[in-house]
Amino acid sequence: MKIAVCVSHVPDTAAKINIGAGNKSIDNTNITFVINPYDEFAVEEALKTKEKFGGEVVVISAGNDSNKETIKKALAMGCDSGVLLKTNEHLDSLATAKLLAEEIKNQNAELVFTGKQSVDFDASITGQLIGELLGYNCVSVVVDFKIDGRKITAEREIEGGKEVVETALPAVITTQKGLNDPRYASLKGIMAAKKKTIEEKDALPQKSYSEIIGMKKPKPKEPGRIIGEDLSAVPELVRLLREEAKVI
Amino acid sequence: MAEKILVFLEQRNGQIKKASLEVLKLAYDISVKLNAEIEAATVGSNIEMLEDAGNYGVKKIAHFRNEKLGYYAPNDYSKLIADYTDKNNFTYLLLSNTSLGKDLAPRVAVKLDAGIAVDCTEVSVIDSELHLTRPVYAGKILCEIRLTSQRKVITFRPNIFKAEKVSDDNAEIILNEIAEVSTNNKVVEVKTSENKLDVTEADIIVSGGRGLKEAENFGMIEELAKVLGAAQGASRAVVDAGWRPHSEQVGQTGKTVSPSLYIAIGISGAIQHLAGMRSSKYIVAINKDKDAPIFQIADYGIAGDAFEIVPALIEEIKKIKSN
Repeated sequence: MKIAVCVSHVPDTAAKINIGAGNKSIDNTNITFVINPYDEFAVEEALKTKEKFGGEVVVISAGNDSNKETIKKALAMGCDSGVLLKTNEHLDSLATAKLLAEEIKNQNAELVFTGKQSVDFDASITGQLIGELLGYNCVSVVVDFKIDGRKITAEREIEGGKEVVETALPAVITTQKGLNDPRYASLKGIMAAKKKTIEEKDALPQKSYSEIIGMKKPKPKEPGRIIGEDLSAVPELVRLLREEAKVI
Repeated sequence: MAEKILVFLEQRNGQIKKASLEVLKLAYDISVKLNAEIEAATVGSNIEMLEDAGNYGVKKIAHFRNEKLGYYAPNDYSKLIADYTDKNNFTYLLLSNTSLGKDLAPRVAVKLDAGIAVDCTEVSVIDSELHLTRPVYAGKILCEIRLTSQRKVITFRPNIFKAEKVSDDNAEIILNEIAEVSTNNKVVEVKTSENKLDVTEADIIVSGGRGLKEAENFGMIEELAKVLGAAQGASRAVVDAGWRPHSEQVGQTGKTVSPSLYIAIGISGAIQHLAGMRSSKYIVAINKDKDAPIFQIADYGIAGDAFEIVPALIEEIKKIKSN
């Protein structure tokens, strides 16, 4: 079975984000970009599935040249080959999903894993869009995944619990923390990755359905006050919460 | 012709969620500014007091009913809502950005060839058009966007907009019995944690971090949460250490929350944590290290030993609750 993993290349979560010139994008200087943390669970689940049932894992990413770093990371973890859909344009979730869906179709992949959200635009919808565009079943925010022949049982995280979903191939699974523990790329894996191919294709321009008007930083919170350093501050804290904040 | 807005009402266990009523009231406010008509639609088995949603400004609600649709069935839900939106020429479909809403909205958007904006926390009407603001990069940046497509699907973050009643009127329910439902790709069972309030739905959250030293010490966090009727949260460090389940993690790679009150105990305030809880209305920090970054955004702080302060806080709150 051919398995596709869709990955995105995002600022490290520890990065301080500043707005770039023009106010419509962030300033990339001095930011370390990494594989989207949720996509690591996707890579791991794809590799585990391949190890169990055989097959081939192709990693796909849409973006500029620097995305190759993230593709290489997935190859070093054990994916077989990579595809970069090259573009310098800002892509919204829908445009990204259309590019990825097209390539998944080219690759003839019947099972697709991708992180439940990208920690840049945080939309949490790309996987579902891909599923819908391809006419594949989709289960989002998955924390448990089992496949038996063509039958899939997955658990997805919801408010205060989990939903057990029964579905079947072809399918898109979006991965959530808790699904697995992503492996580290071994030295052997890193060396092997150097011999693996990353196919580069120019991404077809996509019709945009949204427009960024501008970006701003959230208002800084007024610095609060430290009301004490021991037990004696507790009654005052409770009084403030009741009378000033009126939240308890 | 007046534009039309459709609001998707989400039910769980046959009850309409508060998050949907927030969107309904918001849609009412938007409809006044856009001079638009507003309707609602829901999918499920029997739904209690559905007509009461009329209090939030909607006059007509389509209920697609089948006893097998009580649980979420993405293929059926998305088809029913997309068809209804299409046939009745709604320009806007608005949903709450709950776990169901963010799964359903993109599916419907594709079926309608609509643009989609999710997790919006602000909306304004400019030149008869909606400008939407949504947090990106875990809330480190706010991004204002507009949808340029003819049809528009928008989800709003729960707990930001208030569900206020605008009238005493009941809505008219248009019942549509659905004869056939699909058998594939559907929820077959819901496992709920017993009486556990989710951090994304809670009005008060009590969170613990590495300052609590070991998993066993979270008993006092649980007790404080209990006396306050709060949900329990956790920092990434203690989730990664296996002390607390991932469902409690607040912050980037966890959940983004905006309760009325967030109490951070033994949490130093890494940038990823702050990003996930900074929009809380009031923040309390209890931490030994008075230079911890958490105090930069806390409204009230106690720079002291959590093991002394938390038990005293529990007692003090019990005292006022019993009065």
